[in-house]
Amino acid sequence: MDFITALLVAALSAGTPLLFATLGGILSERCGVIFLGTEGAMLMGAVVSIMTLSRTGSWPLAVVMAMLVGAAFGVLHGVLCVSLKANQTVSGMAITLFGTGLSAFLGKPYAGLPVPAGIPKLNIPVLQDVPVIGDLFGSQNVLVWASFMLVIAMQAYIYRTGWGLKLRAVGDSPSTADAMGIQVAAVRYGHVVAGAMLIGLSGAYLVLVFSPNWMEGMTAGRGWIAVALVIFARWNPVRALLGAYLFGAFEALGYRIQTVTDAVPPYFLKMLPYLITILVLMIIGWNNRRKPSGQPQSLGAPYYREQRT
Amino acid sequence: MNSKAVVIPGGKYRLEWSSRAASASSGLIVSVASVVLALLFSGVFIALNGLNPVFVFETMARGAFGTAGGLSETLVKAIPLLLCGLGVSFAYRISIWNIGAEGQFVVGAIAATAVTIYFPGMPHWSYLPVMFSAGALAGGVWGLLAAVPRTHFQVNELISSLMLNYIALLLLDYLVFGPWKDPAGFNFPGTPMFETWMQLATFGTGRLHLGLFIGLGGVLVYWLIMYRMKWGYELRLLGANPEAARHAGISVTKQILLVMLISGGLAGAAGMAEVSGVSHRLMYSISPGYGYTAIIVAWLAKLNPWGLIVSSVLCGGVIVGGYSVQMIGLPASMSLIVQGSILFFLIGGEQLRSYRVRLRLTSKPGGE
Repeated sequence: MDFITALLVAALSAGTPLLFATLGGILSERCGVIFLGTEGAMLMGAVVSIMTLSRTGSWPLAVVMAMLVGAAFGVLHGVLCVSLKANQTVSGMAITLFGTGLSAFLGKPYAGLPVPAGIPKLNIPVLQDVPVIGDLFGSQNVLVWASFMLVIAMQAYIYRTGWGLKLRAVGDSPSTADAMGIQVAAVRYGHVVAGAMLIGLSGAYLVLVFSPNWMEGMTAGRGWIAVALVIFARWNPVRALLGAYLFGAFEALGYRIQTVTDAVPPYFLKMLPYLITILVLMIIGWNNRRKPSGQPQSLGAPYYREQRT
Repeated sequence: MNSKAVVIPGGKYRLEWSSRAASASSGLIVSVASVVLALLFSGVFIALNGLNPVFVFETMARGAFGTAGGLSETLVKAIPLLLCGLGVSFAYRISIWNIGAEGQFVVGAIAATAVTIYFPGMPHWSYLPVMFSAGALAGGVWGLLAAVPRTHFQVNELISSLMLNYIALLLLDYLVFGPWKDPAGFNFPGTPMFETWMQLATFGTGRLHLGLFIGLGGVLVYWLIMYRMKWGYELRLLGANPEAARHAGISVTKQILLVMLISGGLAGAAGMAEVSGVSHRLMYSISPGYGYTAIIVAWLAKLNPWGLIVSSVLCGGVIVGGYSVQMIGLPASMSLIVQGSILFFLIGGEQLRSYRVRLRLTSKPGGE
């Protein structure tokens, strides 16, 4: 494999957890609820999946458990932000702090241990032999294929179905949606929970596929990068795919450069994804200064039915 | 006033709630109740770990507050929490969600140390003031780095301030593992020890240092600004009603930048106090997450200056108590679980404050 191919393969691998988490964020934010607990929910998904896999040896169960623990945080966020109408930003910070602590607590016995072999790869006979494409897709993990399908399904769901129309209505104008007979709270609960499940899944991918072992705080800010990617993607699943691989590539580039030269200390290369996140958001903000960002119009605002005008 | 009620299964009682204006005293009740509920909730995880929660909390409390040594250690932890908590409180007052206190703390520590490394020949008396200024300034600049993307490029400050935390921590690692590592330190990732005149004096029994008075001074300044100055009034107006503030001619951009400069400066001062008063050198993982715990400190105090003193001592106690339960086999992350659940109960309780909840006997026993 040449440098470019290796970089693409690494970008796909590093981008997939970001993709799942970004898609989860899009689902939640489309209905008007910001989910900032991504970092905590990812860590919980990761730790629960490694615990399940180590004890049962069943990778599908590990993935399901990661999604269930994500769902639990989604329900919690829903109770606080949809039912109790609490501040969504603070609830997200609480989920991140709590998830970071609880995952470190639960993961202590697994820290540093090698991850048992789990999620299988799909070997596609003919494709494997094609240069570059074979390296990328010939023998890819089933979760990566699942993420491709999820992007297509979500794109169709949001823009091509009646449910998607209702979702967008709730995100843009909950009072109008309510008047149309849509159950605003039910739509919000449903999508926040579904989004949080995908975030839990991204944690499972991170520990079962991407990393050699579980480590305290192993997400290292990826949850927050996913929050930024939702904005980068303009709440669109296909753009999320591009953004996730772009950031995956930046992360991979840091490691690749280290293998080629030691002129730049590795600490500075590791700063790249964080620096680029800020820079990219600044560029988007600059471009958006005279046009709408594509953000759901009621994002962050709780819906008070009794105050409907 | 809309009142709702549900009959509790069994039919004997019904739960009634109606909205009302939140009373001032209920804020304190919510804070206390949140801490109690968070401890009960965390107790579940302790029990799952096979330990007796009552015993664990007793150990935590005794470790943090039971002895003179423990109490002094709790106050040592409360100093950075108080300063960082003050910093984020400034920002939260105007709904600027600075979660970058951790990074601002670290660059403050780095800048204070830089003074000791690059300017070894200054008069001895001048070190502490210069180090303090350098730390506060560096923290403030780090705060501005998170604020300018917000004010001029519409970047969510949560993301920018958090990304800067990771950058600051990597910069710290680079320095203590690289160019600043003590050549005589047996490969320990830290700088050489500071000279005595670069250290904040300790007093009392343990490691408690003069940084305590920097923290208390910060509380006084925060109180003066918020409740005794026109600027504080403007900030409170901006926090309560940004639209009204804009119409009153308050420049939102200018206020955000000023507040983030101060917010970061306070966290930077905390970083200076930590290296100069406690570790006496810059070293690997200088902060056990003070910047994140400061978020809890600020909310628990409801951004109130006197409340911040209480909540920072309490959270300092949770950290020290967390260390003491490590000896009986619980990970120190226990304290993060307690902190995270405090925040959950706080925000849930905050919303319940605006309801009057009553348990009533249903008029007809047996229900419908």
